[in-house]
Amino acid sequence: MFEVELSATELDLSALNQRFMGTDESIGAVVSFTGIVRGNGIQAIEVEHYPGMTESVLSKKIESAAKRWPLRKASIVHRIGSLPVSEPIVWVSVASAHRAAAFLACEFLMDFLKVDAPFWKKELDANGVWKWVEVRSQDQDRANRWMGRYAPTQA
Amino acid sequence: MNILLFAQLRDYYGASSVTFPDDELPLTVDELRSSLAGLGSEEFRQALLEPNVFCAVNQKVVEPKYIVQADDEVGFFPPMTGG
Repeated sequence: MFEVELSATELDLSALNQRFMGTDESIGAVVSFTGIVRGNGIQAIEVEHYPGMTESVLSKKIESAAKRWPLRKASIVHRIGSLPVSEPIVWVSVASAHRAAAFLACEFLMDFLKVDAPFWKKELDANGVWKWVEVRSQDQDRANRWMGRYAPTQA
Repeated sequence: MNILLFAQLRDYYGASSVTFPDDELPLTVDELRSSLAGLGSEEFRQALLEPNVFCAVNQKVVEPKYIVQADDEVGFFPPMTGG
């Protein structure tokens, strides 16, 4: 019910959604987020990761979310390798009995995925030059907002 | 031991891992980082010594005072930019 996947090929969003839906009758809400490669002056991006550690960090983040909110299912699928503009780079889905937990947990997972999971992006600019993406302070600020909020409800 | 390098650090060093002599260990992460910095170019040295560089030992991010043993898996990397 909690899944992490790294994909070297284009994400098939309808297939992911269909697979996620399932038949669990206790589920009353599903919130999904899809991150897309923006085309502001770039041609493509490449995503590098730390094999093993990336999967482990993402799994632990899902466990951490599941201690804060009563989740029924959660799934993170992230692209690795080269991606063109407008292609999905990440898909996060969370299912719970009611919407509040699903909204919050989905946002929590995305906020930590941006700054705590060992992925690094580089962009191919309009001049054909590769540049590493710098971390944005807003991303760290968003992750920091969760500190001390929605403390775990279980041990 | 083989120390793993990611993203900019790998580019500056020119390889995805560095062989570090086991007989110099154990060292703290800070000490290891300083020794490692001397093994590459000036660009690599500066990038590795940036205060925002992370060190993972056995795939967990650790503090600068953490003590690294010869059989640990060690990786250094810049701030993460997923999603």
